[in-house]
This record gives sequence, C-alpha cells and structure tokens, in this order.
Amino acid sequence: MTLRLGTAVAQQIFETLRAAYPEEGCGVMLGRDLGPVREIVSIAALDNDSPENRDRRYIISPGQFLAAEREARSRDLDVVGIFHSHPDHPPEPSAFDLEHAWPYYSYLIVSVGPDGAREVRAWRLLEDRTRFEPEPLDLAPAEIS
Amino acid sequence: MSVTIQLPTALRAYAGQETRVTVEAATVGEALRELTGRHPELRRHLYDEAGSLRRFVNVFHNDEDIRHLQREETPLGPGDTLTLVPNIAGGAPDTPESPPAARPARPAPDWATGADGLPPITPPELLRYGRHLILPEVGLQGQRKLKAASVLLVGAGGLGSPLALYLTAAGIGRIGLVDFDVVDESNLQRQVLHGTSSVGRSKLESAQARLHDLNPHVHVEPYEEALTSANALDILRGYDVVVDGTDNFPTRYLVNDACTLLGKPNVYGSIFRFEGQASVFDARVGPCYRCLYPDPPPPGLVPSCAEGGVLGVLPGVIGVIQGIETIKLILGLGDSLVGRLLLFDALSMRFRELKLRKDPACPLCGEHRTITALIDYQQFCGLPTAAEAQVQSGAVEIGPTELRALQDRGEAFDLIDVREPHEYEIARIEGARLIPLGTLPARLAELDSSRLIVLQCHHGQRSMRALELLRQSGFRKLKNLRGGIDAWSREVDRTVPRY
Repeated sequence: MTLRLGTAVAQQIFETLRAAYPEEGCGVMLGRDLGPVREIVSIAALDNDSPENRDRRYIISPGQFLAAEREARSRDLDVVGIFHSHPDHPPEPSAFDLEHAWPYYSYLIVSVGPDGAREVRAWRLLEDRTRFEPEPLDLAPAEIS
Repeated sequence: MSVTIQLPTALRAYAGQETRVTVEAATVGEALRELTGRHPELRRHLYDEAGSLRRFVNVFHNDEDIRHLQREETPLGPGDTLTLVPNIAGGAPDTPESPPAARPARPAPDWATGADGLPPITPPELLRYGRHLILPEVGLQGQRKLKAASVLLVGAGGLGSPLALYLTAAGIGRIGLVDFDVVDESNLQRQVLHGTSSVGRSKLESAQARLHDLNPHVHVEPYEEALTSANALDILRGYDVVVDGTDNFPTRYLVNDACTLLGKPNVYGSIFRFEGQASVFDARVGPCYRCLYPDPPPPGLVPSCAEGGVLGVLPGVIGVIQGIETIKLILGLGDSLVGRLLLFDALSMRFRELKLRKDPACPLCGEHRTITALIDYQQFCGLPTAAEAQVQSGAVEIGPTELRALQDRGEAFDLIDVREPHEYEIARIEGARLIPLGTLPARLAELDSSRLIVLQCHHGQRSMRALELLRQSGFRKLKNLRGGIDAWSREVDRTVPRY
C-alpha cells in the first residue's frame, strides 16, 4: 500500500518535529484506506510522554491515543498511522521501534536535524512481527487544487 | 454477562473488520480470552510468547486503565465496555549512527545530496514544490535548476510585486531586489508585495519580510540604492537573469545596455493606463531594447504611471508574463519572447504580437558598435541631471507654505491647476482655476501675463511642463508649486484629500 500525504499535512508533521528537536516528537495520522492508497487527511500532534531519554524515546499515552481515535471517528476517519522523529539519526526503525510496533499502522519516521526535517520514510510491520518493511511514500499532491 | 470490547483500528483486520465485539465474560481476562478464541489472529498481537498481555496493549475498563484496577482479574458488570488502546512507543537507536547491519546501505540519490553539482532538494522542499515536481517538464531536475538560479529584479513596485512573489514562491534560489523607494499609500492599489502596515517603511524591508514568509528557502538580496551607470555592471554581474520592472526610460536603457554588455537576458515589461508590453531582450540571440527603440522619447511625451494613471491589476498581468518568461529561460522550456514584443490591451482584452528584428545598425549590439560602456542615461534621455534640475527648478519653484504666505499677504497672482477635470473633482486648492495641460496651448489668451502665474498639478511634474510651455509662449512671471496639490495637502491644508 502507498502512503499518500498532502502537502499541508506533511508540512505540519515536519514543523511539529522540528519544534520538538532535539527531543523526539510524535503524533498520529488520521486518514482512510482507498484501495492501494492510504490517504492521510490530517494529523494530531501529541505529547511525548516518555519520562526519560526523550531525545531517543517517545511514548504516546493511551489517554492521548484514545482521544485521537475518538476525534478520528467523529470525522469518519481512522487513526491509520503514527509519526515520530529520529533526531540526528536516519529514519530507520530501531529495535525499540520494532518491539513496540503495532500491525496495520503506517510508521512515518522523519530524520530531523537542528535545521528541520532531513529525510522521511514510511514503514509497516510485517505480519509475523519479525521486521518492518518500507512502505512506498507519495508526497506528491493527491489532486491539483 | 454481556460486555462490549472496542478495538482500535489496527486490530480490526484481525476481527473480521469489526470495531466492537460483544462477549460473555465475568472478568477482563475472560473477556480477552473469549475475544482471541473467536478471532485467533488477534492473539499474536495481544499476547507475547509466554502468554502475557503485551506491554504495549492497554486495556481500559470503561474509562479506567485495568492496571489501576485488578488487572486481568478486574470483574465486569453487565453493559460494561472494554477498550483496547495501543500504547505507542518507539525511538531512535540508542547507539549513535548505527544503521542495521543486515540492511545494505542505500546510496542517497543525487537530488538529495547534490553530488551532481545541482543543489539538493530537502524533504520540506519536496512537499512545497510538489506541483512542480509532478510536471514532467519541471520535475526534480527542473526544480533544482530553479534553486540553482539567480534573478535580479530591478524595481519592487507594480511589476516587481507579482514578479517577486511568484518567483519566490516558485523556488528561485537567489533573488536580488533593487529599489530605494519607501512604501506609500498610493502604491498599494497595485504593489501587492506591500501592505498597509508597511506604509512609510522602505520597500525592500517590506519586501524581504513578505518574501521570507512566503518561502524561507529563497535567499533575498536587497540593494537599497538607485541603479546607476556606476553600480549597474557590478550588481547585474552576479545574476543569471535580469528582470526590468522599472518605470522610467533612463533606467530601462541602463538595464538594457548593462545586460547586453554582460551578455545576460533582460526580461522586459512595461505598463501604462490599460496597456502593457513584454518581451525578452537577449542580444546574444536576438534584438536588444535599443533595436526596438533606438532613441528615447522626448522628455514629457510619455507620461509616467504617476501622471497618467494605471489600472492596478495591469502590472499583475504583465509582471506574471515576465515571471513565466524568467522561469522558462532558467528551465530552457518552450519558446521565449526573444524577437517578439507582446502587446496587451486590457480594455479590448486582446494580446497582439510584433516581430522584432535585430537592428544591424544598433549602436549597442549591431555590426558597428559605438556604445561599449555605460553612459549618462539622464542626459541620453534628455533629462536634466540631478544638479541641473535643482538649479533650474529652484529658480521657478514655490513651496506650499510660501504659496500660503502669498495668499495670506493678499498678493495678486493666478493659481492655475493643469490637472484633469476628474482629478479636480477629487481635490482642489481654494481659488485654483482648472486649465488641463492638454488644453493649455489653446487657452493662453485666458491668462494675464502681467500677473504672477502659479502652476499646479498633482505632484509638480505636469505643471513644470506647463511652465515650460508658457515660458516658450512669452510668459515670464511664472512659478511651479513644488510637490503639487499633494504637498499642499501634507504641508498646508490637511482638509484637501490626498489621492
């Protein structure tokens, strides 16, 4: 499946993560699956609830997640993915990412430096939970408007 | 008893696309076992190999985390809801810079590293320029060419506004702006680069703030000075394309000559009232401005926009055409306006096109060149130099407060307003008689040459021409109101509206 992000949404993600630097920033992506494409309609930037090492750890508390899910449902959308940053690290999932990964969700990882987003990649957990697989990312606009 | 289990989107696929599953159970543990019994696929994601609930699965009993209750032993009541909530966590590797060994390092593409010499494009830029990138004619390489390019805009006014805005939005890497003017309220009718809050500020300051907000990836270089024969070559030299957004002949010839001497394209545009022109002058491959207009018109023949007026939207049309030509030149796309003069008439809403040919006799780019360096363009255009102008005008000018003093002393003089009737309707100086400049030669008999005649217009330029005309007709007692009715309004009588 291809993960499609509109320009405004992606800018919002980058801006959220740039603002969080040097800590990890995070949030969820709201959207819908349209056949071979998973379209992100909006995001909810969430707090990094990790009590420690926020430069390389993020935790989204269940309360925040629940609220995001409710928000998604009220708009007839789903929480379809999670985004987070790797400050000064490549946008590759870490062992810790894998250990905590959920199926189904698109994991958008953005490598962030002091000047902002550097590289972005999307990942999906394999069914057998053994590793992540790259998910094609479509940053081009979905429609000309 | 019957309880509902609410599943997160992520687990729906493993539960027959259901978001709510109703089970019969007395405790949380029982309910979850019932759930995974019915949908075995769920088990792997909810429980680890040892059969414990995974750490990243949160179970809420109604609105309470079961960890704060009796965990899986938490008793259930009829109609209760259990909600499974993902505990989302992750992060960067603990050890710095350790890409997973199993995965071969993917060489980053040229567009991300700039290894091929063109500047790299960053992810935020990818997003910003998405609509360009999906045009095959532009694409990543084209966008990088725009980023590598530099464009000098001469003038941050009517034409410069749309030019600066669109070229900045398009992602030109470096944009130079030459202007030394200050934003005036009367600019805002067409100079959309500036806003009401910028009135009184320098145009360049105002432009820089707006352009930075529009696209922080673009580097804007301000030149807060007049373009002159002394500095033009140095300023223009550093740019790939020069765009002429000036409103006067001396600067237009100066830009043309400097571009030709430096071998750079000059994207030309001009506007007046309801009409505009655009072309691209590049003497290396086509005609220059002098091939089209070898000599400037006599001073005063072609009024400026300040005198003749201009439809505020018109510079939008012409400036945007210049902007498109600039982008095409940088990308090497399509047919440029080299060798063609595009004429636009807003009233008939028609574009026409004239063929331009290189003039073999052009003194600048023809076969026998006589202009090999920049000259004095004020003089070339028949205008007095700044020093001369001061001497000339000083003798015949009268300031607004001096004029008021004449009135107050009850001295005898006639105040003649040479503006148009519709301007006279907007604002007038008490006691002024309207004789529009165009009708003046036919109405000389109405004037009394024995009395002092003070001539007045909007800003003092037309009345200076009227003064010249009267002098040639034998009038001697003449004064020109410096700064026109506008200065009168500012300095003497604020009840006279400014326009």
